[in-house]
Amino acid sequence: MSLDTLAFAGGFQKPVFEAQAVFRTLMDCMARPGTIGDIAATVTPPRPLTPAAGAVALTLCDHDTSIWLTPALAASALPGWLAFNAGAAIADERQNARFAFIEKGAMLPNFCLFAQGTQEYPDRSTTLVVEIESFEGGRPLALTGPGIRTEEGIAPVGLPDMFPQFWAENRQKFPRGVDLILVAGDRVLCLPRTTIISVKEA
Amino acid sequence: MNTTDLATYNFAYLDEQTKRMIRRAILKAIAIPGYQVPFASREMPMPYGWGTGGVQVTAAILGPDDVLKVIDQGADDTTNAVSIRAFFQKVANVAVTTKTREATIIQTRHRIPEEKLTAGQTLVYQVPIPEPLRFLEPRETETRKMHALEEYGLMHVKLYEDIAKNGHIATTYAYPVKVEGRYVMDPSPTPKFDNPKMHRSEALQLFGAGREKRIYAVPPYTDVVSLDFEDHPFEIQTFDKPCALCGAKNVYLDEVVLDDRGGRMFVCSDTDHCEDRCANGHRGHLAYNKEAAE
Amino acid sequence: MYVAVKGGEAAISNAHRLLADRRRGDRSLPAIGIEQIVAQLGLAVDRVMAEASLYDRALAALAIRQSRGDMIEAIFILRAYRTTLPRFGYSLPVETGAMLIERRVSATYKDLPGGQLLGPTFDYTHRLLDPSLLGDEAIDAGLEREEGGEPIMRVSDILAGEGLVEDDGSLPDGHVAGDITREPLEFPMARDLRLQALARGDEGFLLALGYSTQRGYARTHPFVGEVRIGEVEVELDMPELGFAVSLGRIQVTECQMIAQFKGSAKNPPQFTRGYGLVFGQSERKAMAMSLVDRALRAEEFGEDIVAPAQDEEFVISHSDNVQATGFVEHLKLPHYVDFQAELDLVRRMRREYEAAQNVGTELPEAAE
Repeated sequence: MSLDTLAFAGGFQKPVFEAQAVFRTLMDCMARPGTIGDIAATVTPPRPLTPAAGAVALTLCDHDTSIWLTPALAASALPGWLAFNAGAAIADERQNARFAFIEKGAMLPNFCLFAQGTQEYPDRSTTLVVEIESFEGGRPLALTGPGIRTEEGIAPVGLPDMFPQFWAENRQKFPRGVDLILVAGDRVLCLPRTTIISVKEA
Repeated sequence: MNTTDLATYNFAYLDEQTKRMIRRAILKAIAIPGYQVPFASREMPMPYGWGTGGVQVTAAILGPDDVLKVIDQGADDTTNAVSIRAFFQKVANVAVTTKTREATIIQTRHRIPEEKLTAGQTLVYQVPIPEPLRFLEPRETETRKMHALEEYGLMHVKLYEDIAKNGHIATTYAYPVKVEGRYVMDPSPTPKFDNPKMHRSEALQLFGAGREKRIYAVPPYTDVVSLDFEDHPFEIQTFDKPCALCGAKNVYLDEVVLDDRGGRMFVCSDTDHCEDRCANGHRGHLAYNKEAAE
Repeated sequence: MYVAVKGGEAAISNAHRLLADRRRGDRSLPAIGIEQIVAQLGLAVDRVMAEASLYDRALAALAIRQSRGDMIEAIFILRAYRTTLPRFGYSLPVETGAMLIERRVSATYKDLPGGQLLGPTFDYTHRLLDPSLLGDEAIDAGLEREEGGEPIMRVSDILAGEGLVEDDGSLPDGHVAGDITREPLEFPMARDLRLQALARGDEGFLLALGYSTQRGYARTHPFVGEVRIGEVEVELDMPELGFAVSLGRIQVTECQMIAQFKGSAKNPPQFTRGYGLVFGQSERKAMAMSLVDRALRAEEFGEDIVAPAQDEEFVISHSDNVQATGFVEHLKLPHYVDFQAELDLVRRMRREYEAAQNVGTELPEAAE
């Protein structure tokens, strides 16, 4: 299939109800960091973006949201797919992006390079959708903060070693800062800027 | 004029673009507990000030599997609650209930249910004036700065002036709270009796102010502390008597005027809670005695 | 025995039934038709279109009939419908200079190119009740001017020729006109957004504010440079076609209010302008809007902000009558939970007050 035809296919089959279901999963996961949600979506974005991340894009993005893509995603058929299925435009600068998509294996830029929001409008910050390998089997991390009764544990595979430090810097800027949606396969986990991450001693 | 087009609305009334806009605002609101996210509130087919913010939030999160409960003043049968419930039945064909524990989404005006909310539930508040500092400073440009700088001295001064003048904090509802140690937030005009229920609640709490175009949130297990002073700690209302119908204590009561000679009775404001207790055999001193009546 | 108030649903449905009955009124009279409202209550229709921000005479007339003639209710109904409509794009700015003019008056020149055209105005009617309107007397058709007269140039263009009036103003490069119906308001506002808010603002509110500026609360020494009413073409750019296509004509009222300005460090002495543009024939609204627009530009001209009409946050936050009526009228919803909380506090404070009074009256006796 050519790049052009890819761009016009693969949206939601039932946009109203599928978008609602994906959103509710994201809302629950954002409200309860560490909770893993399932995305049973029918979208098929151009590779290398995965269906779950594509479903997140079609749920939240439209022509009011500009999107930053990694070089690999920007070079794929994804920009056309996002334009056709969501009406969303590609941001030239990370600072101007409401959303950013980072495929599995791509370099995760430091969070401070994205829009942080302002002290008056901290909501005007980028939400990063980051694909990783898995939520289990990696270095154990402990999560605390709003939405978490006592402590949640995750052990993500596919985040850079610097991640806890990037995140701590992000956390320090509160109320400014980015929020993360991590995607592994068809599973999703959210990290709002309020979550405190500590590296568990093995 | 094509009048047939007039009757076709999307599931849950809002168009998908509007829902996306509200959904984005909700996610940011959850990520910044207590911060008021501006959103492009739409005209709804009910008046501003009658719950359009709550209705928009509910419409944006509602799905076909949800069970919706709508209360006003704690009651399911007040006219505006009836009207909003009927709206969602009509535009989303959603299952509705009056039972707190059966509901997945509870839209409320002025009360938090007495029954403890649980992890699967979302409480949606209708908010008239979301800005807790608004009555101290009417300008949005100023109050926004105060929140940015975490400058809440004015609020403490106001509360302390109450104490100096009256010996009490004279705020009985919409009593300001601090969320997760950062943002001062208006809990909506719930009686301060309900404030402690917000603290580390298992349920997600979403707040929608339609006319003022703001959405804010308190995630589960989040600290919500009512503002007070060491020598004047926050305290909630207490009632001398239990509910006259179900005998419940430590619940919020409505005063009902019985006659023109000063007769009064106090009954649960949360009608579902009251009915549930009555069904389980609890009796207050004025309870309707079915056996005796038959 | 107290029984909790039940039957809200039945009460609501009965109320709606009674409303429908009252709306229809005396069944021995014919029902009023939408076409009749459009044709014979045209200015009511225009106001509803203007403040609902939806140009559709038939739907506005339907809203008026549905609301029993309650204008704000009709505006509300039409707005609630408007908000559900999909958006295809944004039209190009309308060219009011090319207007097909029905009325055009200027207070600043005795005569001018295009002349003074009174049009269908109430001005100079003697406000005497007209008994002939009790019946349905035959009415002569209006006279029409001959085609092909001189172009009706805008008064602002005449003054601009001398360089004595500020130009149309410009927004920064790349500025995309905002849309107050799609984005939350943020203060301070750009003038495009402010004008949008004023265009749908309540006629009565803007009238009172405009009036207040004339009475000295932010006086601007205004003159009606020009009011013009007529039809303009609405065009939409079609990127696929590479040119703009006409969507049709709409009637608008435009007012350019000329105000004195002494000049500042940045600008030479010149006339400044306030602008009003409203759907349909609505001269009062367009004039009031232009007065308020000029007053709200105080900061731009370095004028002191001393009056309500100059206060952007105050004016724009309170000009929308659908918002205002909703919030004022929401006070009739039950508030008994909050009232109970207040009642409890007032009773407690009253007991303490009376106890203190008693102590006060007893003390002197004890001292004796």
